[in-house]
Amino acid sequence: MARPTLHKLLIAALLAAAVLGVPAKEATPVAEDPALEARMQAIAVELRCLVCQNQTIADSNADLAVDLRNQVKQMLREGKSQREIIDYMTARYGDFVLYRPPVKGTTMLLWFGPVLAMLVGLAALVLVLRRRSQRAPEDFDPDEPELPAADAPTPPTTAR
Amino acid sequence: MKQLKFIIPLALFVVLVGFLMVGLNLNPREVPSPLIGKPAPAFSLPRLDDPAQQIGKRDLLGQVWILNVWASWCVACREEHPLLVEFSRRKVVPIYGLNYKDGRAEAQRWLANFGNPYTASISDTQGKVGIDFGVYGVPETFVVDKRGTIRFKQIGPVTEAVLKDKIEPLLKQLQAENGTPNPA
Repeated sequence: MARPTLHKLLIAALLAAAVLGVPAKEATPVAEDPALEARMQAIAVELRCLVCQNQTIADSNADLAVDLRNQVKQMLREGKSQREIIDYMTARYGDFVLYRPPVKGTTMLLWFGPVLAMLVGLAALVLVLRRRSQRAPEDFDPDEPELPAADAPTPPTTAR
Repeated sequence: MKQLKFIIPLALFVVLVGFLMVGLNLNPREVPSPLIGKPAPAFSLPRLDDPAQQIGKRDLLGQVWILNVWASWCVACREEHPLLVEFSRRKVVPIYGLNYKDGRAEAQRWLANFGNPYTASISDTQGKVGIDFGVYGVPETFVVDKRGTIRFKQIGPVTEAVLKDKIEPLLKQLQAENGTPNPA
C-alpha cells in the first residue's frame, strides 16, 4: 500500500513542478522602471507591427517591434508626449502603423460601413414587415400543392 | 418586379466577389510609404569598409542615387543581389547600401561572396536610420533625386520587371531634371 502512494506523490510533485515551471519561462523580464514601461506599453498597443501585421508592437517579438518599443521608451525618456510619438511613427510608416485607423475621408466607409449596412438591413426589414402586415390573412395560407408533372416520380405513400 | 427581387442577392454576391478578387490580388506587405515625395531623412553613418569615414545625406545631394537596404542575414537580399550587381556594372546611378542591423565582418564576407554592387555601404548597426526610412522588411530600395527627395520605394526584392519598367524610366526622368540641391 505504501508504494503506490509514494508513486502518486512523486507524480503529483512532478506535475506540480511542470505547472510551476511554465509561467516562470514566459514571464517578461522585470523592467527597471515600471512606470515608464507601463507608458510605453500603453503606446505600443496602439502601433501595428509591420512585420507581423495583425499584432501590435506590444504583442510582437519581431526584431523591428523590439526596436520600435525601445524607440518609444527612449522618446518617453526624452519627455516626448504620446501624440508626438504617434506622429513620429506615422511620419515614417504611414497611417497603417496605427492599430486603430484614424477617421478621415478615405476611411469613412471602413468606420461607418457596418452601421450603414445595418441601417439598410433594418430599413429593408421594416419595409417587408409593413408590407406583410397590410396583406390579407389568406395570403399566408400554405400554397396549393402543385400538380405533379407527368414524368415526376409518384410521391411515396407515407403509411404510419 | 418579381424577377428583380431575385437579382438583388445575385448582384450583391457579384459585388462581394469583385471586392474579394481585388483584395486577394493586393499584397498586404506593400504598405504605401508616406515618405515618397518627402525629403529623405538626414543621416550620417560610418562606411562599412572604413568606419573612420562617415557618409551623410549632404554628401549625396546633387545626384540621383539608389539606397538599397540589405543585410547578410537577409535571405531575400540574395535573390535580388545578382540583379543589383549586374545593374551596377552599367553605372547608371550610384547605389548606396544601408547595411541594416548587421555585423561588419559578416557583411563584408557576404559582399566578398556575392559581389559588391555598392558605391559604398554604410553601417546601421542599431537600425535607427532604418526606422527613419520606415524600413520594415529587408530588402528595401529607395530612389532619391538630386534634391534629396525620395521618389520611389520598393519593398522586398527588386525584380527584373520592377527595375526595367519602374526604376530605370524613373532614373532617366530624374537625371534629366534640373535639381538645385535643397538641403533639408
